[in-house]
Amino acid sequence: MRESLFDRLRIRSSVRCGYLLLALGGASVATAAEWSGYLGAEVRAYEESPEHVGQDNGGLATIVFEPEFYAEWEDGYQSIEFSPYFRWDSQDDERSLIDIRELSYLKVAGDWEFRVGISKVFWGVAESQHLVDVVNQTDLVASLDGEEKLGQAMVQVVNISRWGDFSLFVLPGFRERTFPGEEGRLRGGIVVDSDRSLYESGEGKDHVDVALRWFKILGDFDVGVHYFRGTRRDPLFELQVDGGETSLVPYYEQMDQLGLDLQYTKEGWLLKLEAIARDASSEDYSAAVAGFEYTFYGIFGSSIDAGLLVEGHLDERGEDATTSFNNDIFVGTRLGWNDEADTSLVAGVFRDWKNDSMVGLVEFERRLRGSMKLEIEVQKMGSIDPQDALYPVRRDSYAQIGLKRHF
Amino acid sequence: MAFQFAAFLMAAPMLNAQTPEEKGLEIAKEVDLRDTGFGDTTADMEMLLQNRHGDTSSRKMSMKSLEVDDDGDKSLISFDFPRDVKGTSFLSFTHKVGQDDQWLYLPALKRVKRISSNNKSGPFVGSEFAYEDLSSQEVEKYTYKYIEDTEVDGVEHWLIERYPEDPKSGYTRQLVWIDKGRHIVTKMDFYDRKNSLLKTLEFEGYQQYLEKYWRADRMVMTNHQTGKKTDLVWSNYVFKNGYTDRDFDQRTLTNSR
Repeated sequence: MRESLFDRLRIRSSVRCGYLLLALGGASVATAAEWSGYLGAEVRAYEESPEHVGQDNGGLATIVFEPEFYAEWEDGYQSIEFSPYFRWDSQDDERSLIDIRELSYLKVAGDWEFRVGISKVFWGVAESQHLVDVVNQTDLVASLDGEEKLGQAMVQVVNISRWGDFSLFVLPGFRERTFPGEEGRLRGGIVVDSDRSLYESGEGKDHVDVALRWFKILGDFDVGVHYFRGTRRDPLFELQVDGGETSLVPYYEQMDQLGLDLQYTKEGWLLKLEAIARDASSEDYSAAVAGFEYTFYGIFGSSIDAGLLVEGHLDERGEDATTSFNNDIFVGTRLGWNDEADTSLVAGVFRDWKNDSMVGLVEFERRLRGSMKLEIEVQKMGSIDPQDALYPVRRDSYAQIGLKRHF
Repeated sequence: MAFQFAAFLMAAPMLNAQTPEEKGLEIAKEVDLRDTGFGDTTADMEMLLQNRHGDTSSRKMSMKSLEVDDDGDKSLISFDFPRDVKGTSFLSFTHKVGQDDQWLYLPALKRVKRISSNNKSGPFVGSEFAYEDLSSQEVEKYTYKYIEDTEVDGVEHWLIERYPEDPKSGYTRQLVWIDKGRHIVTKMDFYDRKNSLLKTLEFEGYQQYLEKYWRADRMVMTNHQTGKKTDLVWSNYVFKNGYTDRDFDQRTLTNSR
């Protein structure tokens, strides 16, 4: 039954791709085209009743659907990718979203690559924070770890040479960060009103950002350096009172950022560093995350791999930082069972060494059967200092269980 | 008769002078030489994992590999099934001497991550194949010893033993049966770090490509200690695609599906 459905999808997609090829000049080369993706459902329960006025007191359910169409021809030297994203949330309208994560065309021509459209790029090496990864806006309400990103319109040109890979990004169309609504948890006492976002640039959302990146593998080192000029992905906030209602209005500044990401890989060791120096109108600062990952393969004669992760976070702004990664250390473990079900577990604790605030997290996943995946996530707020950026969400410990059906 | 005698005279001193170690190495070099010059290949792989109760699950992937002069091969494996790992790709540069380089591409994050290659004795995607069983088999990665001439199903074979140079290997030794006529490996026994028989690998359905290079259609790995088994089925072999280093770099890994 499933096979026949696949086959039908394949046939339909290859027909469509045929049209596309005609549109692109009717190349007569072999084409591979395919739909894939997942449908997921999550339920989440919070340990405590909410702190802030207006927040819903109860659990929530979320449904996410993310199909992906991919077609390539000319042996993969040309391709298109389309990935819409649908999220529905039972609790918070601001967590419901329709987005285009990907709608791009790629052309690879020898040592040159061109990508045009909406796409996603990842920069960086660290696990507990993604400091240098600034091209795509963070879909903050989807996940606090900053790993969910919104699609970004871009033109990307890459030149590959013996001196490294040079990438130029032209980024029109700024995407605003997602924030929880009034009913939602994991927010501050005052609701963020994204509808009234303000911009430093007179062009507002239409400001065209530019980024340059150089990347090279130098023996055991993977090195990336970037320069970004444009709208800050992380807004500042202005308190606005409108008819007795107080709200926080995001204010997106312009910035110049120079960043470095570096990984040294030797035997079981991965040594990592990400650092940025940022120059914005309201503040100049630098920040870094550095640490290591060491993996013990096949512990106690089993096939289980156990990794130790330690990462330190520093932000020059200290307690004034807009992020919780200011003076923190992350210690965690990654267990991989290497079994048929690809069972894995990541668990760790963030601790602020200045104010002793602590947050713990556990992520577990396992394939059930076929292509059904079970994902369990627990986030536990420990004692949170009033000075810490996490103080407003100190009552928002939760456990979440999700199932994803991949196709 | 006289000619045969002369040939014997010439060959005899050489054979006498050769130690079992030298002969083992010579055979390994000859096998390697016969497989040199293939340039590059693509193939589809399906792994059928079977546990001791007979339950099976499948892994489907495609593999590209590139022969590198004076070093180990480069390979790029892209997963297609199970669907939750679809799009995940694995890039590996094997080296004749020293550690291999490995990168993993995680499609959900669009992230390339360089990973440690210390995992060589670990199971590849939960199968009975270890990473080191699937990586490019370079002569320099082992020392050798010739054991005996033997017959397998009426076919003349050399039986040699080889010992991994890398202390991170999961094996103390491997017994390798080599078909003398075709210079191909037909069977291997793997002995674990305690020198107990761990696994047997059997190669089935060899086919010759470009009138030179032999590739097995099926590789069956049986784990004697756990009762598990993995069938690795190869299909759609294509040689000489004209690939270069550029088809095996980090950018291509990012774009691969």
